[in-house]
Amino acid sequence: MQWEVVIGLEIHTQLATQSKIFSGSATTFGSEPNTQASLVDLGMPGVLPVLNQEAVRMAVMFGLAIDAEIGQHNVFARKNYFYPDLPKGYQISQMELPIVGKGYLDIPLEDGTIKRVGVTRAHLEEDAGKSLHEEFNGATGIDLNRAGTPLLEIVSEPDMRSAKEAVAYVKTIHALVRYLGICDGNMAEGSLRCDCNVSVRPKGQVEYGTRCEIKNVNSFRFIEKAINTEVRRQIELIEDGGKVIQQTRLYDPNKDETRAMRSKEEANDYRYFPDPDLLPVVIEDSFLNDVRATLPELPPQKRERFQAQFGLSVYDASVLASSREQADYFEKVVSIAGDAKLAANWVMVELGSLLNKQGLEIDEAPVTAEQLGGMLLRIKDNTISGKIAKTVFEAMASGEGSADEIIDKRGLKQVTDSGAISAVLDEMLAANAEQVEQYRAADEAKRGKMFGFFVGQAMKASKGKANPQQVNELLKSKLEG
Amino acid sequence: MALERSDVEKIAHLAHLDLVEADLPQTTAALNSILGLADQMQAVNTDGIEPLAHPLEANQRLRADVVTEVNNREAYQSIAPAVENGLYLVPKVID
Amino acid sequence: MHHMTLAEIARGLADKKFSSEELTKTLLARINALDPKVNSFISLTEELALSQAKAADARRASGENGALLGAPIAHKDLFCTQGIRTSCGSKMLDNFKAPYDATVVAKLAAAGAVTLGKTNMDEFAMGSANESSYYGAVKNPWNLEHVPGGSSGGSAAAVAARFLPAATATDTGGSIRQPAAFTNLTGLKPTYGRVSRWGMIAYASSLDQGGPLARTAEDCAILLQGMAGFDKQDSTSIDEPVPDYSASLNTSIKGLRIGVPKEYFSPGLDPRIAELVHNSVKELEKLGAVIKEISLPNNQHAIPAYYVIAPAEASSNLSRFDGVRFGYRCENPKDLTDLYKRSRGEGFGAEVQRRIMVGAYALSAGYYDAYYLKAQKIRRLIKNDFMAAFEEVDVILGPTTPNPAWKIGAKTGDPIAEYLEDLYTITANLAGLPGLSMPAGFVDGLPVGVQLLAPYFQEGRLLNVAHQYQLNTDWHTRTPTGF
Repeated sequence: MQWEVVIGLEIHTQLATQSKIFSGSATTFGSEPNTQASLVDLGMPGVLPVLNQEAVRMAVMFGLAIDAEIGQHNVFARKNYFYPDLPKGYQISQMELPIVGKGYLDIPLEDGTIKRVGVTRAHLEEDAGKSLHEEFNGATGIDLNRAGTPLLEIVSEPDMRSAKEAVAYVKTIHALVRYLGICDGNMAEGSLRCDCNVSVRPKGQVEYGTRCEIKNVNSFRFIEKAINTEVRRQIELIEDGGKVIQQTRLYDPNKDETRAMRSKEEANDYRYFPDPDLLPVVIEDSFLNDVRATLPELPPQKRERFQAQFGLSVYDASVLASSREQADYFEKVVSIAGDAKLAANWVMVELGSLLNKQGLEIDEAPVTAEQLGGMLLRIKDNTISGKIAKTVFEAMASGEGSADEIIDKRGLKQVTDSGAISAVLDEMLAANAEQVEQYRAADEAKRGKMFGFFVGQAMKASKGKANPQQVNELLKSKLEG
Repeated sequence: MALERSDVEKIAHLAHLDLVEADLPQTTAALNSILGLADQMQAVNTDGIEPLAHPLEANQRLRADVVTEVNNREAYQSIAPAVENGLYLVPKVID
Repeated sequence: MHHMTLAEIARGLADKKFSSEELTKTLLARINALDPKVNSFISLTEELALSQAKAADARRASGENGALLGAPIAHKDLFCTQGIRTSCGSKMLDNFKAPYDATVVAKLAAAGAVTLGKTNMDEFAMGSANESSYYGAVKNPWNLEHVPGGSSGGSAAAVAARFLPAATATDTGGSIRQPAAFTNLTGLKPTYGRVSRWGMIAYASSLDQGGPLARTAEDCAILLQGMAGFDKQDSTSIDEPVPDYSASLNTSIKGLRIGVPKEYFSPGLDPRIAELVHNSVKELEKLGAVIKEISLPNNQHAIPAYYVIAPAEASSNLSRFDGVRFGYRCENPKDLTDLYKRSRGEGFGAEVQRRIMVGAYALSAGYYDAYYLKAQKIRRLIKNDFMAAFEEVDVILGPTTPNPAWKIGAKTGDPIAEYLEDLYTITANLAGLPGLSMPAGFVDGLPVGVQLLAPYFQEGRLLNVAHQYQLNTDWHTRTPTGF
C-alpha cells in the first residue's frame, strides 16, 4: 500500500523579552536554579500576574509577518493540570481568543518550489520550569527560573507531507522569528521547541489517520529523524494489523525510536476557563500600525527582491534570504563588488563551506563582507584569477588582512604583460618540444584535447598568475605558428 | 443526573484530592445537592446573552518590559518543605 | 478605652490624651483575657504591634498626623503579612509565614496603623458561619452559642467584642456584610477593583474584594481610605482617584432616591427582619430620602450561578497548594501523585474540598457550557438588572440576611442550607457593585443588618447614607453583654 504522511507542528518560541510575561523577573538563560523565580513565578499565595507589553508587541509582529488576523480582543485562559514544574497548578495560556489567528507561511523546498503552509493560530503563554532528574537520591529537583518566560506557540495546519517539508517549515519559522528579533532561535537552549503531530493514511484517503504527538524535538536533524521514525512505526503497526492510538510520545535520539510518555498516559481534562486575574487584551489599531511600521523586510519579500533586482534563481535567493545576517552580508558584498551573481556564489559556496567546516554562524565569519567584496573587485579587474582568489580567501580567513594586502605580500597579482607571458610560454613550449610536434601533426579534434595540456603547463609555470585569457590567445598563436 | 460514587472518585482525581473512603457517601450526597442547586440555572433563558467574566469589563493594562525582581531564593525557600542545592524536591518524576 | 471608635481614637491621640503604645497594651491585655471565649484571633502579633505603636507615637511627636496613625487594627488571616503566619484558616497554611506583605497591609502600615493580630476566618474564606476554620469556630459576642457569620467572622467578632475598633476583611459573596449584620457592625464591600487584591489570598478572583469592618460608617470611611487605591501589581485594580470618604459623610440625603426591590421580601425572609428593614426605610424617609419600589427579576438565580462561578475559580486558585514550595506536605509520599493527593486531602478541610470538586466538575469537558458558561450568562443578567435599577434610583436597600445568626452547628453537614443564607449579598459580588451593611435592630437579642447597594465607585454615597442613618439611630452603639 502507498502511504501518505500528514504532519502538523506546534512550535514554542521563547520571546526575547528582558523580563517574564507576567512578572519582573529576568529571563536570562543558565542562571543558578531558582534565582530568577519571583513570588509570581513561584505561584505564592496571593500573587497576581501583570502582562508584559513587549510580549504582546512581539506576538503582534509575528502575526503581521504571517499575514494573519490579529486578535484585537484576545483573552488569557487557565489550562489546569498538576505538574511540579507548573507552580500554580495551571498554565496561563490562550484558548478561544488567541492573539494571532489564521495566517500562512511560504516555505522554500529543496527542489526550488515554494509550498504554502497554513498557520492555524499563535497564542501567548507562560513557559514552565524544569525538572532535573539526576543526583537527588531518587527525588526530582525543580528549577523555576524558566517558569513564566513568554512563549508564542505557533500551531500549523496539518499541511506537511514529509519530514523534509516539516524541517523546511521549522527552518522558515526559525528564520522569521530571528528576522523579527522576537526570538534568539537557540534550539540547544530550548528557545525554539517543536511538537510534531504525525499521522499516516492510505494515499487517496480523505480522512486523517490517528495522530501521535512527539513532544519537544529540539533540532532540525532530530525533527526529521523523529518524524521518519514515527512514520515507520505507524506504518509497520498498521500493516501488522494493529491500530495507532492517539498518544503523546518522546523521541530518543540515541535509540532512534519514539516511546509513549508515561506522565501523559491518562487523557487530560485541562478545564480551560478565562483567567479571572487578567482582563481581555485589547489591541488598538494605532498599536497595530505602530508595530507594522517597525516590521523589517521579511524573507519572502527579500527573496523576491533578490530574484528581481539581482537576477538570482529562486533557490539562491531563498538561501541567501533565509537569515537576516546572511542577507545583510550578501547585500554588503554586492554593494562593494557590484556583481550579484559572483557575490551569491562566493557567499553560498566558499563562505558557506568555510563556516560549515569551522562550525560558525555568519555573524562570526572570519572573512568580513568588506574583505570579500574587496577581493571580488580584484577578480573583476583581472588582478587575480578565480583560482588565485581561493588562495586569497583562505589567507583572509586565517587573518592575513585584506585581499589587496595579501595579493601584494604574496605576489599573487596576475601577470598581464604579454611579453612576460610570451617568455614563460616559449620556455614551456621548448621544454615540451615533443608534445608540440604531436600537436602540430594532429587533426582539429585531437588538438582541442591537447590544447588543455599546454594551458595547464603554462599556468603551472606561471604559478597560476598568468592571465588565463592571454595565455589562451598567445598559446594558440604560438602553436599554430 | 446524579453523580455516582465512581464519578466523585474521578473528580477527586482530577482535583488531586485524596478522599477518605468513609467520607465518600457523604461527599457524594453533598456534591449532588450542590449540583442540584446549580441545575436550577437551566430554567433561566439566557439566549443571546454574552457571558460576563469580569464585573467591570475593563481591559488589561500592560507593564513595561523591565526587570524589577532580584534574587530572593533564600527567603522564598526558607518556607519550602524540601529543598536541596537551590532546587525544590519532589518524589521522582517520570516523563 | 476599648469602647472608642477609630475616629475617637484619632482625636484622643491627636489631643495627647493617651499614646498608641498605652492603647495597644490595653487592647492586647483585653484580647488575651477575653478572646478565649470568642476565638476571634488566629495569631496575635504583640511584638509587631508594640513596635508599630511606638513608631506611630514617635511620628505623632514629630508633628505628623493622620486618622490611622497609631490606630489599632487587625487583618483577616488571608492578607499576607511578611514573616508572620498567614493561614487562611487552613491546616494547609498553618506553617506558612508569608514572604511578603499584601498591598493592603503595606498601605495601612505606611499610614501608621498598628496590627494587633490576624483574625480567624472560614477556611479559605469559604463559609458563612466561620465554622470551617482549622482553628475552631468563632463565637458571636452577642450570644456565644451562635455563629458570628463568615467568612470574616474573626474580624467581625473581634470588633464586636470591643477588642479593637476596626479590622480588614474580605467579601466574595457577603463575607464582610453578613458577619457585620450578625454582630451589629458596619461593613463595606467596595467596588470590585477598588482595593488591591495583591497579597490577598484568592478564593474566587473575579468576586473577591477587601474592605473594612467597624462599628460605624465614619470608621469604615477612615479604614477604607487607607485600603483603597490603584495598584499596578493587580491587573484588575481600577485606576480611578480615591475620593475623601470622610468629607462626604455629612452630605444631606434629602431627595436621595432609595429603591427597595420587591423580590427581597420573599417567603424565605424572617418577617421580623422584614419589619426592621421597613423601619430603617421610614427612618431614611424622615431624613428626606424618596423611596421607590423596584424590581431585580433575576435575583433568585444568583445563588446557583454564584455556587458555580466561585467554586470554579477556587478549584483553579487552590491548585497551587500542592506541598511543593510552601505550606503543608504529607508525611512520606510514596510518589508524586501521592504527594499531591495526600497533601491536599489532609491539608484542606471538607468544605474546601467540596467546593474544589464542584468547581473542577463545572469546568470539566462536557459540563463547561451547562455550568460555568451558563452561570456567566446569568451573571450578566444580574448585572443588567442592577444597571436598569440604577437608572431609577441612587441606592438600593434591603435586608443583609434572610435570618439572624444561627446556632453553632445548626447547619453543619448541610451546605445548601448555609448557601441559601447568602441570598441578598452575592448579587453585589457577581455585579462587582459596592455594598454596605449597617445595624438596624435586633431579633431575639441578635443583631440584624440592612444592606445598601450603590453604582460602581459610589462607596462615598453608601458611607454617607449609613452615617446619616447612624446620626439618627443608636443601634450601632449597642454593646454585647460581657464585652
